[in-house]
Amino acid sequence: MKKTKKIKIILNGKSRSLQKMTSIYDLMRSLKLSTDKVAIELNKEIINKKTIKNLFLKDKDKIEIVHFIGGG
Amino acid sequence: MKDFFKIANKKFNSRLIVGTGKYKNFSECAKAIKYSGAEIVTVAVRRVNIVDKKKPLLMDYIDPKKITYLPNTAGCFTSKDALRTLRLAREIGGWKLVKLEVLGDKKNLFPDMIETLRSTEILSKEGFKVMVYCSDDPLMAKRLEDSGAVAIMPLAAPIGSGLGIQNYTNIKIIRNQTKLPVIIDAGIGQASDAVIAMELGCDGVLINTAIAKAKKPFEMAQAMKFAVISGRKSFISGRISKILHGSASTTNKGII
Repeated sequence: MKKTKKIKIILNGKSRSLQKMTSIYDLMRSLKLSTDKVAIELNKEIINKKTIKNLFLKDKDKIEIVHFIGGG
Repeated sequence: MKDFFKIANKKFNSRLIVGTGKYKNFSECAKAIKYSGAEIVTVAVRRVNIVDKKKPLLMDYIDPKKITYLPNTAGCFTSKDALRTLRLAREIGGWKLVKLEVLGDKKNLFPDMIETLRSTEILSKEGFKVMVYCSDDPLMAKRLEDSGAVAIMPLAAPIGSGLGIQNYTNIKIIRNQTKLPVIIDAGIGQASDAVIAMELGCDGVLINTAIAKAKKPFEMAQAMKFAVISGRKSFISGRISKILHGSASTTNKGII
């Protein structure tokens, strides 16, 4: 049997499967999300948005993408 | 006379800060902000909706270049969560002026002052300018000041309760003991509450529910705007002293 080329990550609390060698930049593009109004956390560490082209996701990575909403 | 509202060396004209939660939609919220004249609004940090990307964005309605966003840690019950939230907020676009609120009690939403103090200290060391939601306890307010807070934000009453100022004496003591701006946060129900807060000498008022949940939010936003201006002017004008008996407004000289 061929080895799978997919990985599973947890994106904003939900499981998602991705191709291996997907960078956070690729993920953002596929989600059609612009980086300028969000913050990104990878395994509880805030990442520098300038480096996301070279940050490749691994199996079981937990990623959080947050933005501002209305609040008191 | 120019009477600026200064927080962490930034000057504002309006002393009213409004929250952006609980509105029917962003368009209603944006319009209420306009009516309120507020230059600072609190915002929350939450997950991006990955599924429904057509969902409107706060930033499309309220321009952060025109209105100062004050990221808040609403819903955080530990120092750890609050720190995480504000570090993320800073990452979104360089926000350093933030509002810290660490809750300790789900029913009354009272602040957990131990966690709040700890967070204030850490955040200040990291270069944040921290405006801190706190209890109306003068000793805690003093300790927050010593921990590096840039503004003290005592509650008037529980968040969203609309009960108005419960402890005039403590608010006044907190006001008189510090050089920091004191901003009443939480518990305002109607315009007269905001007037009283300002007449007690507070530097500003933060209001969300009282505007967002009023039957006519835009009218209420305007009422709060005028209340804060009115209370401030009343405070700085130096009120007359109270006397027990009557004092005629018209001279007896030339009386016929």
